[in-house]
Amino acid sequence: MDFTYDDEQQALREAVRGLLKGAYADHEARRRTVAEEPGFDRALWGRLAEMGVLGLPFSEADGGVGAGPVEIGIVCQELGRVLAPEPYLASVVHAGGLVAAVGTAEQKADLLGRLSAGELVLAAADTSPGGRWASRADGVRASADGDTWTLDGVADPVVGGESADVLVVTAALPDDGGTGVFLVASDDVVRAGYATADLTRAASVTFAGSAATPLGEPGRDLAASIATISDLTRIMGANQALGVMQTQVRATTDYLKSRKQFGVTLNTFQALTFRAADMYVSLELAQSLVDWATMTIAGGDPEAVAEAADRVGLQVSRSGRHIGQEAIQLHGGIGMTAEYAVGVGTAHLTVLEQWLGNGSHHLTRLAARVDDHELVEAL
Amino acid sequence: MQLELSPSDAEFRDRMREFFTTQVPQEIRDTVLEGRHLTRDQIVESQQVLNAEGLAVPHWPTEWGGQDWSELQRHLWHEEMQRAGVPLPLAFNASMIGPVIAQFGSEQQKQRFLPDTANLDIWWSQGFSEPDAGSDLASLRTSAVRDGDDWVVNGQKTWTTLGQHGDWIFTLVRTDPEVKKQQGISMLLIDMTTPGVEVRPIELIDGGHEVNEVWFTDVRVPGENMVGEVNSGWTQAKFLLGNERVGVAPVGATKRALATLKQNAADQMQDPLVRARVAELENDLLALELTALRVVANSTDGAPHPASSVLKLQGTVLQQAVSELAVELAGPASLAARADDDSPQEGWARRAAPTYLNLRKASIYGGSNEIQRQIISRTILGL
Repeated sequence: MDFTYDDEQQALREAVRGLLKGAYADHEARRRTVAEEPGFDRALWGRLAEMGVLGLPFSEADGGVGAGPVEIGIVCQELGRVLAPEPYLASVVHAGGLVAAVGTAEQKADLLGRLSAGELVLAAADTSPGGRWASRADGVRASADGDTWTLDGVADPVVGGESADVLVVTAALPDDGGTGVFLVASDDVVRAGYATADLTRAASVTFAGSAATPLGEPGRDLAASIATISDLTRIMGANQALGVMQTQVRATTDYLKSRKQFGVTLNTFQALTFRAADMYVSLELAQSLVDWATMTIAGGDPEAVAEAADRVGLQVSRSGRHIGQEAIQLHGGIGMTAEYAVGVGTAHLTVLEQWLGNGSHHLTRLAARVDDHELVEAL
Repeated sequence: MQLELSPSDAEFRDRMREFFTTQVPQEIRDTVLEGRHLTRDQIVESQQVLNAEGLAVPHWPTEWGGQDWSELQRHLWHEEMQRAGVPLPLAFNASMIGPVIAQFGSEQQKQRFLPDTANLDIWWSQGFSEPDAGSDLASLRTSAVRDGDDWVVNGQKTWTTLGQHGDWIFTLVRTDPEVKKQQGISMLLIDMTTPGVEVRPIELIDGGHEVNEVWFTDVRVPGENMVGEVNSGWTQAKFLLGNERVGVAPVGATKRALATLKQNAADQMQDPLVRARVAELENDLLALELTALRVVANSTDGAPHPASSVLKLQGTVLQQAVSELAVELAGPASLAARADDDSPQEGWARRAAPTYLNLRKASIYGGSNEIQRQIISRTILGL
């Protein structure tokens, strides 16, 4: 048992941190980037590709690096620390993960190779308007005419969908055949882009007889694979949220030490330092579950990954709301402004949670299973 | 990063589990698992079974019965005892005065006390707190005045846990009232049968007799019973309290209590609200357990990880929360707390309210949770 990073993992963290610091150390740079098309920095995306970061999860045969979950988690944490708007979770972890899980060898080599090289941006369209984290599609329907497939319906929100070149779409198969996954070129759909609460970009995507290519073997129900990739994405989203929370606790601590009121710094007031201590407790508990859930992926058991995703989803919801809300409160008015990273971090935590699965959702799933076990085992 | 225990640590854990579940008397373990009170004899018997196997004081120097274990192995030992319902070695002996004597005591004190302390042939009490010296321990006033080779002690200690069973008491006494308050304190070991020592019970809100006042009236203590130099007691006290704080995140016991509650209140486990509260507590306990593992895995040279205050704080919060849920699930049956043994109400439900009330202490002793927040904000966050 070991909760520490090895030297290579440390080096990866330093490298990614260095690159992102150059881009987003100043929150103004993030503000400028999200305000302009495509809502992230294409040049930075290219440098992440050169560094091998975009290909981390994929096998070398598919043009990737073949790294493990801990490495991907490190990248997500670093992205979270600076609130980077690059669609890493949406494009690489989620959409790329679906391709890697169910694509044919040719599809994987083509799409994942270009994704890893930074030449192609993917987005996963798996949510229907009003939908709530289902692995079974109902907002988009697939129709087959011989070997030709088309899609109809609406997916919304599609995170990163506005600027994606190819959409990886979950759709209901004909005749109650379950849920399939399809590739759709973004030219074949109507996209209405919008900014989310944290000013990253998402889109409403309408399919109207859009030409679609089945990902993997046509006509198979892929709901189980879709669920597993969603769980992996949740765990990586939790890593990203952890990075946000670390920054918020640090920023709040620094602020309490420097900001003066009534002629003294705020850390003179025990009512405030005690609340900062509680934020630290929340952060440590979240870090424990994030590390654990990330390591669980390496075991390769989908049930264990699903369990870990629910557990880390619940903890990060609790810790994220606590830390995010307190970070704003302890900063006072400055925490409410868009020009200061702390409040935007709280917005980002909110977006991550509602995108990937909120605390109530995960608690409901855990509550359904409380009598499946006597004790919850950590190891 | 690696989740699984190494083969040798897994083997270690299995060995502990095997020993605790087969060698400690079932009657004693059932008493713990059902939340009933242990007798003095049961606590002594259990510790002696452990000590015979070298498992009572593994964190002591090896010379005095300790084991050269890693922090992780100590953690596994501690957790497996709690899982199996084995009473933990008496903290006053194993975690408090034993390590202090081993570190600061004279050779004669070590020979005299350490074997008997490990084997619980001496039952130690703690004489630190006073009516006006709680978290502000350095304000203590019990005095020790030189008279020939002896010290003459006068004053009052309070919150002396299980003092009614005590053979000896380790005390902090004021030996110099003229200097800065931390500098005038010494540590004295006092035989509780000495004339002038009086133990008076304090009744608590759960009806139990767990703590006492100890009064000292002209108690003569031989000079050889001072630990370390005169006026060096604050050093020993800090050493001891540091050990006390590390050991107070009862994750294993709280997990066990929640699992038992699920069984006891099985008829209410279909209520979605109850299920949600159980699920949330299980998740909180998992997060705490993993935090404890991170702390022990990253501790070096026995120095506690800075985050160990998190364990005390959150550990007691969850311990209290589980006891609170137990009272709620017991409902009206909990009113029969002090009914006769032939009460038709189930035992767990009758014990629920006293347990809940008793555990309010958890966030007060061992450095109150406010003190823990102070430590976190100052030491870790630098506020």
